[in-house]
Amino acid sequence: MATEKKTIFSPELAARFDKLVTLYPMRRSALVPMLLYAQDEVGYISKEVVAEVAERLGLRENDVESVLSYYSMLRTKPAGKYNVQVCTNISCMLRDGYGILEHCKKRLGIDHKEVTADGLFSLEEVECIGACCWAPAIQVNYDFYDELTPEKMDQILDDYKAGRGKETV
Amino acid sequence: MPRLVSHPDEVKITSRRFGLGATDIEKYIALDGYKAVQAAIAKGPEWIIAEMKASGLRGRGGAGFPTGLKWSFVPKQSEKPKYVLVNGDESEPGTCKDHLIFLYDPHAVIEGTMIAGIAIGAKLGFIYLRGEYRYLLKIMEKAVADAYAKGFLGKNIFGSGIDFDVVTQTGAGAYEVGEESALMESLEGKRGVPRIKPPFPAVVGLYGGPTVINNAETIASVPHIMLMGGEAYAKLGTERNGGTRLFGISGHVERPGVYELPMGYNLKKAIYDVAGGIRGGKKLKAVVPGGSSTPVMTADEIDVGLDFDQMGKAGTMLGSGGIVVLDETVCIVEFALRTIQFYQHESCGWCIPCREGTDWLKKSIGRLHAGGAVDKDIDNIRYLAENMLGRTFCPLGDAAAMPTIGFVQKFRKEFEDHLNGKGCPYKHAREEEAALV
Repeated sequence: MATEKKTIFSPELAARFDKLVTLYPMRRSALVPMLLYAQDEVGYISKEVVAEVAERLGLRENDVESVLSYYSMLRTKPAGKYNVQVCTNISCMLRDGYGILEHCKKRLGIDHKEVTADGLFSLEEVECIGACCWAPAIQVNYDFYDELTPEKMDQILDDYKAGRGKETV
Repeated sequence: MPRLVSHPDEVKITSRRFGLGATDIEKYIALDGYKAVQAAIAKGPEWIIAEMKASGLRGRGGAGFPTGLKWSFVPKQSEKPKYVLVNGDESEPGTCKDHLIFLYDPHAVIEGTMIAGIAIGAKLGFIYLRGEYRYLLKIMEKAVADAYAKGFLGKNIFGSGIDFDVVTQTGAGAYEVGEESALMESLEGKRGVPRIKPPFPAVVGLYGGPTVINNAETIASVPHIMLMGGEAYAKLGTERNGGTRLFGISGHVERPGVYELPMGYNLKKAIYDVAGGIRGGKKLKAVVPGGSSTPVMTADEIDVGLDFDQMGKAGTMLGSGGIVVLDETVCIVEFALRTIQFYQHESCGWCIPCREGTDWLKKSIGRLHAGGAVDKDIDNIRYLAENMLGRTFCPLGDAAAMPTIGFVQKFRKEFEDHLNGKGCPYKHAREEEAALV
């Protein structure tokens, strides 16, 4: 089966994909989760990821690319190891989400969708992440941080830099 | 971690297990968990749907469609398999209630899905969470695995001869996927563009089979309705608006948070008593009452009951229950601009009035906010928004147009104050104003 074939994914992820495609009435239903999980491992959706996912699902590569380009969390080039996503939508904006974004830009020396020179951090201004009542809020990769101040933001970045940050995958 | 709040006026039904450790299946069982599904199995589909109709529960995603009625539309006989699809794509700005349900009471979502499945004769349910909610997806996945390990899911559930499976699914970042037909497209592995209706999902849904699609809060309320009875649940609310609802109060209040209040609870009391009033003793300017797509209310319009009908009469909508509170320091034009920026970003591009309309509204409001507009631009903004209404496959076009019309209608003076090179008289929330225009 697919796991015995040549794969660009780790054995764990390849096995997970083998199972995932069996859960739905149609294999193609696994496409969006597969792309996201592949990105978690590879760092971004490379040509090789597209090719293997297409093959696993019996799709054409351009079908996969068409779906890939629709979803805002999927990216085709690497982000930093820790992708800092600052919400500036209405509830966060009212509680200084833009101040947090500016603080991150200055502190990291990068702008929206840029990566630091050491590859450790990237920064993104994002739309509502569903933490409105605990604004201003951010996500670092998949982990939420809320009720932020510039001081708390510094602490979070320091923790990640020192390898002490949360890492939900 | 999201902070839990509490207020004496709350009636905790859907949120009653929050903070009590109910992610642990044993704890959930000890708190009356999985009793409702057994009652539902014993009494059968007709009883379930009758109780749901009696409960007056209306869809908690925002549209407010009666849940029991929706379930009753699913044909009893179907050649194709039927499905239950739980919408946990929670993406409407101002809304974070489902976040807490997945975090604190994941088994209630599973149990509600099972009951919906038994009611319509489905054997498979999907629980779809937005991609950003990965830590919540892990909680849901564990809950599903624990339910399988107990034998609550899978073959012959509770010795009934009924098989029922649950599959969790992640999105990957798209507001539009919260619309039910786009949600089905996404679950089928496609771009999340809406389908034209009819046919409605109850007849032709996922994989062409009849499908019930409900918001996560709606589904999590179902077991409680089974246990307390539809009539008792209905009595907690107002006429045709049964039960309670999770209201998320955010923005410029002293105690922001998600509060479970009876349907029909007074909006002014919710802001001033429950959420502690306006932060720092400032004056209230405006309220966006049900997520960013609902038309704004002025400070003197908020003495109204929070249910679908009363809010409709007041010229706005109850929406998703996300109440966003704006104090006197907010520039309404900047707020309108941030709102339309969101819809422009999220428009899937399928329908031209939405794709082009949101883009031009963003440009026009952006230019106005920066001081580059003239008098007739205000009417142009309104005219443009009015011509998007009802002209798209899905409600995203409306969701962008309705608040824009509301801002211009209710706060026209603030738009005028920006005209003819004057620019914004308020302190900007963001520094890089010019870059946006």
